Amino acid sequence: MDETVAEFIKRTILKIRMNELLTILKAWDFLPENQLQTINFRQRKESLVQHLVRLCEEKHASLNDAALLDIICEDVDLFDMKQFKNSFKKILQRALKNALTVASKHHQIVKMDLRSRYLESLKAIVFKQYNQTFETHNSTTPLQERNLGLDINMDSRIIHENIAEKERVQQITQKTFGDYPQPQLEFAQYKLETKFKSDLNGSILAEREEPLRCLIKFSSPHLLEALKSLAPAGIADAPLSPLLTCIPNKRMNYFKIRDK
Amino acid sequence: MSVLRPLDKLPRLNTATILLVGTEDALLQQLADSMLKEDCASELKVHLAKSLPLPSSVNRPRIDLIVFVVNLHSKYSLQNTEESLHHVDASFFLGKVCFLATGAGRESHCSIHRHTMVKLAHTYQSPLLYCDLEVEGFRATMAQRLVRMLQMCAGHVPGVSALNLLSLLRSSEGPSLEDM
Repeated sequence: MDETVAEFIKRTILKIRMNELLTILKAWDFLPENQLQTINFRQRKESLVQHLVRLCEEKHASLNDAALLDIICEDVDLFDMKQFKNSFKKILQRALKNALTVASKHHQIVKMDLRSRYLESLKAIVFKQYNQTFETHNSTTPLQERNLGLDINMDSRIIHENIAEKERVQQITQKTFGDYPQPQLEFAQYKLETKFKSDLNGSILAEREEPLRCLIKFSSPHLLEALKSLAPAGIADAPLSPLLTCIPNKRMNYFKIRDK
Repeated sequence: MSVLRPLDKLPRLNTATILLVGTEDALLQQLADSMLKEDCASELKVHLAKSLPLPSSVNRPRIDLIVFVVNLHSKYSLQNTEESLHHVDASFFLGKVCFLATGAGRESHCSIHRHTMVKLAHTYQSPLLYCDLEVEGFRATMAQRLVRMLQMCAGHVPGVSALNLLSLLRSSEGPSLEDM
């Protein structure tokens, strides 16, 4: 059994209250009941835990088994939906962090403000793997032929006046986001604590000395692809705000913004 | 020259040219395709532009009708139109300009108030049309209408000029802005 898994199990069991331990171990159903009956649950916690971990080792507990125990250990009140949701979210985040830790064989991941449901994408962003397959992209094909969301009609009766502008936008978009598929992210959140700036004279909000607090959240089934298509679709100007484009580079999608 | 003028070029034989101005290229493209599907005695040319001024080009034909497409879901779209309007000569607004607002069907997505569009059209003395360009059926109908308007503005319909059309459309509109 991996050292990490042993440590994981040990820490999980240490958190369990003594009076609940047997119930939880029974619910876990990894150690057979007849074996549980042979354990002295009245001994000191450290020695009890060591004994249990040894038993788990003998049975070759895997990371999955350990994770299952972790989930069972949560003090969850099923009748309180709000608490359940909070607890479940914490369980998932912890499971995710544990999985990432083991997967990357690093034992310490510095606190990251990067949250997403897609483990692969998170991993890709954290370890900057998302552009590796496409590093040798050949950019000699003319812009019009590449399928970058531009469908230039072959009907000669339609004339696009702003071809130069379109090409500029495509180039900027490509430079910012690259040609490869974006990692999948569902949210970006910006907590603003800045003074309100307004073009209008005499705006009430602009005269306040205190910063305005507001929260802006972008959500999408595939946020980065959506951001990438904003300028080519004509919904926003290119280049996009660096606050949006820095998400994969800074490995953050929760930001706090204050005045300098 | 950065200002569009309606009569600075000679017309081409039997050709009618429309200029669609709007930020969302996909919508303009679809509308252009729909217009070109129409049966039309005149030879149609559709120019698509994101904004004005247009890049200078000697080969561009005379433009007979300008349609400013505004997406009611996007303030950026309105802002782009307002800025582009400054590059249109005043004489264009004698029936050769119209506004087309799209997206009114999905009211929850609208960030531009209908009143804003009405006021804009009123300021420029030009008709305001509504059409959800994303819906194929509505788009086809609007395309038909625009082709007819274009033919009149190009002078291809005997007895009807752009100015006639404008006054016809004006009188069939609802109550004036002051009465609202």
